[in-house]
Amino acid sequence: MMKSLLTGATFALGLTTAAFAQDETTKVGFIYVGPVGDGGWTYEHNQGRLAVEEHFGDAVETVFVESVPEGPDAERVMTQMALDGADLIFSTSFGFMDPTINVAGKFPDVKFEHATGYKQADNVSVYSARFYEGRAVQGHIAGQMTESNVIGYIASFPIPEVIRGINAAYLQAKAVNPDVEFKIVWAYTWFDPAKEAEAATVLIEQGADVILQHTDSTAPQAAAQAAGNVATFGQASDMAEFGPYPRVSSIIDNWSPYYIARTQAVIDGTWESTSTWDGIAPGMVGIGEITDSVPAEIKASAEAMIESIRSGEMHPFTGPINKQDGSVWLAEGETASDYGDDGLAGMNFYVEGIVGDVPQ
Amino acid sequence: MIMLEKRPQPSQGWTLATPILAVLLTMLVGGALFAALGKDPLVTIRTIFYDPLFSEFAWYYRPQLLVKGAPLVLIAIGLSFGFRAGVWNIGAEGQYIIGAICGAAVGLALYPMESVFIFPAMVIAGALGGMLWAMIPGILRVKFGTNEILVSLMLVYVAEQLLASMALGTLRNPEGMGFPGSRNLSQYPSAANLELISGSGMHWGVVAAFIAVIFAYIMLSRHIFGFQVRLSGLAPRAAAFSGVNPGRLILLCMAISGGLAGLAGLFEVAGPAGQISIDFNVGYGFTAIIVAFLGRLHPVGILLAGGLMALTYIGGEIAQSKLGLPGGAIQLLQGMLLFFLLAVDVLTHYRVRFGQGEVA
Amino acid sequence: MDLSSINPILLLASLMVAATPIMLAAIGELVVERSGVLNLGVEGMMITGAVCGFIVSVSTGSPWIGFIGAAIGGAILASLFGVLTQYLLSNQVATGLALTLFGLGLSALMGQGYIGIKAPSFPDWHIPLLGDIPVIGPIVFQHDPMVYVGLLIVLAVWAFLKFSRAGLILRAVGENHDAAHALGYKVKRVRMLAIMFGGACAGLGGAYLSLVRVPQWTEGMTAGAGWIALAIVVFASWKPGRLLLGAYLFGGVTVLQLNLQAAGMAIPVEYLSMAPYLATTVVLVIMRAGRAPGSLGRIFHASR
Repeated sequence: MMKSLLTGATFALGLTTAAFAQDETTKVGFIYVGPVGDGGWTYEHNQGRLAVEEHFGDAVETVFVESVPEGPDAERVMTQMALDGADLIFSTSFGFMDPTINVAGKFPDVKFEHATGYKQADNVSVYSARFYEGRAVQGHIAGQMTESNVIGYIASFPIPEVIRGINAAYLQAKAVNPDVEFKIVWAYTWFDPAKEAEAATVLIEQGADVILQHTDSTAPQAAAQAAGNVATFGQASDMAEFGPYPRVSSIIDNWSPYYIARTQAVIDGTWESTSTWDGIAPGMVGIGEITDSVPAEIKASAEAMIESIRSGEMHPFTGPINKQDGSVWLAEGETASDYGDDGLAGMNFYVEGIVGDVPQ
Repeated sequence: MIMLEKRPQPSQGWTLATPILAVLLTMLVGGALFAALGKDPLVTIRTIFYDPLFSEFAWYYRPQLLVKGAPLVLIAIGLSFGFRAGVWNIGAEGQYIIGAICGAAVGLALYPMESVFIFPAMVIAGALGGMLWAMIPGILRVKFGTNEILVSLMLVYVAEQLLASMALGTLRNPEGMGFPGSRNLSQYPSAANLELISGSGMHWGVVAAFIAVIFAYIMLSRHIFGFQVRLSGLAPRAAAFSGVNPGRLILLCMAISGGLAGLAGLFEVAGPAGQISIDFNVGYGFTAIIVAFLGRLHPVGILLAGGLMALTYIGGEIAQSKLGLPGGAIQLLQGMLLFFLLAVDVLTHYRVRFGQGEVA
Repeated sequence: MDLSSINPILLLASLMVAATPIMLAAIGELVVERSGVLNLGVEGMMITGAVCGFIVSVSTGSPWIGFIGAAIGGAILASLFGVLTQYLLSNQVATGLALTLFGLGLSALMGQGYIGIKAPSFPDWHIPLLGDIPVIGPIVFQHDPMVYVGLLIVLAVWAFLKFSRAGLILRAVGENHDAAHALGYKVKRVRMLAIMFGGACAGLGGAYLSLVRVPQWTEGMTAGAGWIALAIVVFASWKPGRLLLGAYLFGGVTVLQLNLQAAGMAIPVEYLSMAPYLATTVVLVIMRAGRAPGSLGRIFHASR
């Protein structure tokens, strides 16, 4: 108790000095886990930052630090931003969760936004994207595009986010093509071009003619292009340079609308701690152009699906869905809840039909 | 023709002057680089080298220098014994990881029990873990004459894989929503390595680093072991004649360096980092090798070198966030600083002669 | 589980491609270490080569010129290491580690503005006649040209070390630099050349990733390949023939584990990934220390 009081006092002292440094412009900080030149996860967050700059012009100043290791370094970088008068800080990696909560405790007047985590506080919001909605669309296209009925899936780490994506894609692929089979490899990396290229090659060799990837480099696209008759989907970034084939569509992380909205809220003084999990409808999940390599009727039905997800008519996880072991997950007409037991947030099981086990 | 002539004794004057010269050279060339990147060189240099120590928020950065520098110093001190004696343990990164895993495992196994014995038990486990991991290359060298540089390096990769396995499997937080990473030890009072005096940055790892510096200083200047270490490095055969058991010396050096690296890992995982995660190691083990050499393998030198490295990290982050300097420029500056420090050391040990074109 | 879905021919063929970047970097480092120098900065030279190759090939439109640019870039960076360790007598371990840091930073700065661009294409060679041989054709003779350039370099290094007089001198310098110096060989010059060759090869390996494998520039794209190359040199006990084997083993473990996963087999990925490093350690023990170049990592200064 004594300890926390003292800490509070020290930081209060610091804050009074910090307050003088503030002026009319709103300062927004971004902390990135990778380099802005990674072409994927961090690159897209930085695009969001640039969109904020463009939208607000001189009214907002943005700062960022890239390649920050998760842990004490992240805590220091955020503290430094807060000391320097940042009004709002976006911490853009799951591993920044505890550091964000710690720093937020010391700076009650600074607003924090933590991506993909689950710990909230009075001045900490969490936000994430329902990428699985995009995965469902991919599954829908992939299930019809495949001729070998084998779809390859390059997964990164066995965490709920990735497992959700696999399930969503599989369910829609299965719906349009009952014979479809998923081959899943776990690369145990978010970004390692050489390994991703190998993973794609392996899947192609084992008969996959559509590759879905949950890793961020373009290496699988290149491997598919070399193979000639394999379709792929862009991940994180549009990867349009590999269109119109092999890249037939993509999931784009589009953080700009959210970043602009939250910055606006801080400017207006209406910012509140929220938990946001946005999908296609608010535009956080973007679906890249479906190219003409996709037959027109498939393209049309995929676009219809995007529309019905956007309007809320369709939920990618709508019962009846059984778990892999055959037990009932969702009854007829029931849609998956976000949290709680068997909720989407903590999903750690495959749905019925997927072969293999989630690595433990 | 410029030639180098070995000094009979390292020059006292140059020993003190070279680090300053190197820092000045780095500022000069670095300044040119920053100017080329379109930043004001003077402001940038001041932000990196001066602000963390003397700016208005120095009260926050100074303790952070301790937090960032402590693991570097602790590991480098351990390595310096071996490096002096010609025992090349470059696998401190692996020993750091294993120390953290072992120490954290003890804490996590006892969760949520509260007892004053838990933290000491973790410290012992951490030191032992690192020590045993270092004994593998040590014993292989003594028994089979295997090159310890290479074995210790190989074991870093093994340790990294083990870390991934632990973070995803055995030590994964059961309440972590399926995400990789262990429970946060800094939120488990009996296992937490918190600041001893609030706002000072002093945690047990910092204390250990200072003790190690003093201990190493006394060992090297007063104790027979220090004499044996120095003799073995300078004249291995003379050492053997004077009764130094080379095998014992190798094992001792490996045990000290591994033990301290393991300790550093444990203090980091229980305090600043808080948890075992896939990317828990951020290269302290490798950076410490550089720190050891920058400090000329002298305890006080290592302390200063560790501080300097920490300064460039922290100053670099400030420069990124305040001035929008890319992260790559900071890495480049650090590389440059190291190059200059290593290069000018030649003046300490050699005299520069301008002579006729004899064959050197 | 369906192991029959693994096609051994295709597996071996993809192995040849997967092994190429690490093989290129490793053969360069092998020459460096045979000359008695330990350069731990392979990762930094690889990534610098990757970005140099990418920039050159994008601006000229030719992957071949890109590879040449990558080799030059890698060699220039390596010569920095050479000057420091050979003429300014700095510690090789520390300098090599600093080189990695320097290279990562430099490449990130150089690569700004080249993100999201695709490299000019570098098509596979389908070698006539040879490529049509059943089984062997698809495994060996249907790759991009750099695969063969890599193999040629390994072959050339083998012949150079075994048969040429220059190779003999290089080995002598690596085994005992004082003796080599006494015999009148220019230790520093030999080592500088070896270091620059090592840098050039690492640069080629990096460019293979940025121009063929990915083919795009992204920061940090080598993702540790340089460190694997270091391990391969040790595994090979400094012999070019075994280096080939080592590169295929290290590349092969990844390809194999991915194949087993895709075939539906549950395998402990982390433990399989450790295997080559443990194997290298075992090889080291069996080979004993005597095989490492005698002067490896030691500073040479001609005392008069």
